[in-house]
Amino acid sequence: MTERFMVTQTMVTIASRTEEADGVVTLRFDWDAPASPGQFIMVWIPGVDEVPMSLSYLGDRKGITVKNIGDATKALTSMQVGDRIIVRGPYGRGYHVPPGRILVVGGGTGMASLLPAMERISATDVHTAIGARNEKELLFEERSKKTSSNVRVSTDDGSKGFHGNAVQLAKEMMSETKYDMVLGCGPEKMLFFLHKLCLENGIPCQMSLERYMKCGGGLCGSCAIDGKRVCREGPVFSGDELKSMKEFGKQRRDECGGRLKL
Amino acid sequence: MTSLKVVLAGVEMENPTMLASGIMGETGGSLLAMAKGGAGALVTKSIGSVPRQGHKNPTLVELEYGYMNAMGLPNPGIEAFGDEMYEAAKAGVPIVGSVFGSSAEEFAILARRMQEYGAEAVELNLSCPHAKGYGMEMGVDPDVVANIIKEVKQAVVIPVFAKLTPNTHKLIDVARAAEGAGVDAIVAINTLKAMKIDVDARQPVLSNRYGGLSGPAVRGVGVRCVYELYEALKIPVIGVGGIEDWRSALEYMMAGAVAVQIGSGVGRRGPQVFGDICAGISDYMNKNGIRDITQLVGVAHD
Repeated sequence: MTERFMVTQTMVTIASRTEEADGVVTLRFDWDAPASPGQFIMVWIPGVDEVPMSLSYLGDRKGITVKNIGDATKALTSMQVGDRIIVRGPYGRGYHVPPGRILVVGGGTGMASLLPAMERISATDVHTAIGARNEKELLFEERSKKTSSNVRVSTDDGSKGFHGNAVQLAKEMMSETKYDMVLGCGPEKMLFFLHKLCLENGIPCQMSLERYMKCGGGLCGSCAIDGKRVCREGPVFSGDELKSMKEFGKQRRDECGGRLKL
Repeated sequence: MTSLKVVLAGVEMENPTMLASGIMGETGGSLLAMAKGGAGALVTKSIGSVPRQGHKNPTLVELEYGYMNAMGLPNPGIEAFGDEMYEAAKAGVPIVGSVFGSSAEEFAILARRMQEYGAEAVELNLSCPHAKGYGMEMGVDPDVVANIIKEVKQAVVIPVFAKLTPNTHKLIDVARAAEGAGVDAIVAINTLKAMKIDVDARQPVLSNRYGGLSGPAVRGVGVRCVYELYEALKIPVIGVGGIEDWRSALEYMMAGAVAVQIGSGVGRRGPQVFGDICAGISDYMNKNGIRDITQLVGVAHD
C-alpha cells in the first residue's frame, strides 16, 4: 500500500445552499479534486474550527451536508452563497460496491455519505432504507429515488413510513429480498445492530464510521479504533473488519484520547 | 545472515526502527498496529499529569516535503494511560513512555508511573515547540534540563532518554548538560518551529499560529544535529527527523545514531514503513558484506 503524499488546502466559494431538513443544509462548491464515494474532507472555517465532513456530492461541483450540532456546524449551516471555506482532502477509503443487488441503509445524516456511492453504481439494483427520528428530519428521500428501485422510510415516532428504526426496516426488507451487499452509514448503535443483522443473514457489508478526529491526515491517531485510523484505513470498513474490532459499537474516545462508552 | 539487533542503553531491540512520539501513540491499539508494521520499539504519545485536549483545529498542514503540526500535546493523562500501556505491552516490543511536565518533580512522578506501567525506558519531552509552559520552553536551558534529568534519574531505574529541540544554538550545551546529569541517551531532533499562512484566508492556518515542521524537509537539519551530538557525547544518540526509507535511516545511523525514530513517515508511507526500512537496510548490508548493523553506526565520521 503506497499512501498518498501531498494534499493542499483550497479556498472554495459556496455556489448553492439547500435546506434539506430541520437544521440540515447542503452546501455546494466548485472543486475539481478527484474523489470517490464515501471519502471525506477537512473543512476549515477560519476563526472557528476545522472539521471532517463526508462528501455528499462528487464531481466538479462537490457538496457537503451539514447538521447543526456544534460551533463549526453552526457556522457552516448559516453560510450563504458567496461565502468561502477552505477545504483539504479528500481523505480516507470509501465504499467498494460490487455488481449485484445492494441494500443501502442510512440513518440521520448518514445518507450524505451513501448517495454518491449509489449514484456511481451502474447496472446494479439498489434498494434503500432511510431512517429518521421523525418526518421533519427525514433526508434525501427524493434524491434516493433517482438511483433506487425501492426506497423505504422509517421514523422512530411513526410520523412517516415504517414505525421503528432503520435496522428493523432493513430486517423486513431482507426477509423480502436477497441482497448481495449492504452499505450502512449512521449512528454507531444503528450500525452495530445492522452489522449483527448482516452477519445473521450472511450478507457482506460495508459501514462508514465516525470518530473524534484531529489531524485528518493519518498522523495523530486521535480517530483510532482498534488501532485502525478512521481517517486512513476508514472511514468505510468491511463487515469482516468490523467483526474483528473490539471497540466497534462499544467505545469511542474524547478529545484527550480518553475512553468513553458508546 | 545479517543482524539488525541493537541494544540501546540496555534496551534490546530486534531492529533499530522506533515509532516516534506523537504519532499513533495515544492508544494501545494504535501502538499495536505500529508493532505489526515492524517497529523495533514504540514511543508513546507524550503523556502529562492530567487529561489535555490540545489545540483547537486546524492542527495540521500537509506540505510537499512534510507536515506542520500544532497538536498541543493532547493526551488522556497518566492515570488513564495505564490501560493503553497494558494493551500495548501485548506487542512484545519495548515500549518507551514519553512524558512532559512543567517541573522536575512533575517529570519524575510521570516517569515513575511509566516505569510502573511497564515502560522499558522513559523519554522526556524537552522539545515540543507549540505548547506553552512545556517542552522546548524548558529544553533550551542546560541547567533546567540537567535538573530535570537528575530528578528523574533518582525516581526510576529504567533508562532515561532526553528528546531535544533543534530550535536553539545551544543544542550541544543542552546535550552535554543532560549527559552530565546522567541521561542514558539523547533523542534528536523534535520538529522545527514554523508557521504556515494561507494567502486566501490571510492568516496563519494553525489555530496555535506556530507549529512544528517535520518530514523530509527537516532531515538535513536532523542529520547535522546527530552528527554533532555523536562527536560531542559518549552516550548513544537516537536519530529522528524525516526518515521514511532505508536510505534516510542509514544516513542518520552513519551520522552516529544507534537507532532511529519515524513519525511523519507513518503518515506518508503507512505503518509498514518500519518493515520496509528494515528490509532495505538488510539488503544494503548483504550487498556490502556487513553482518551487524552496529558496524555502520557513525561511519561517516573521520
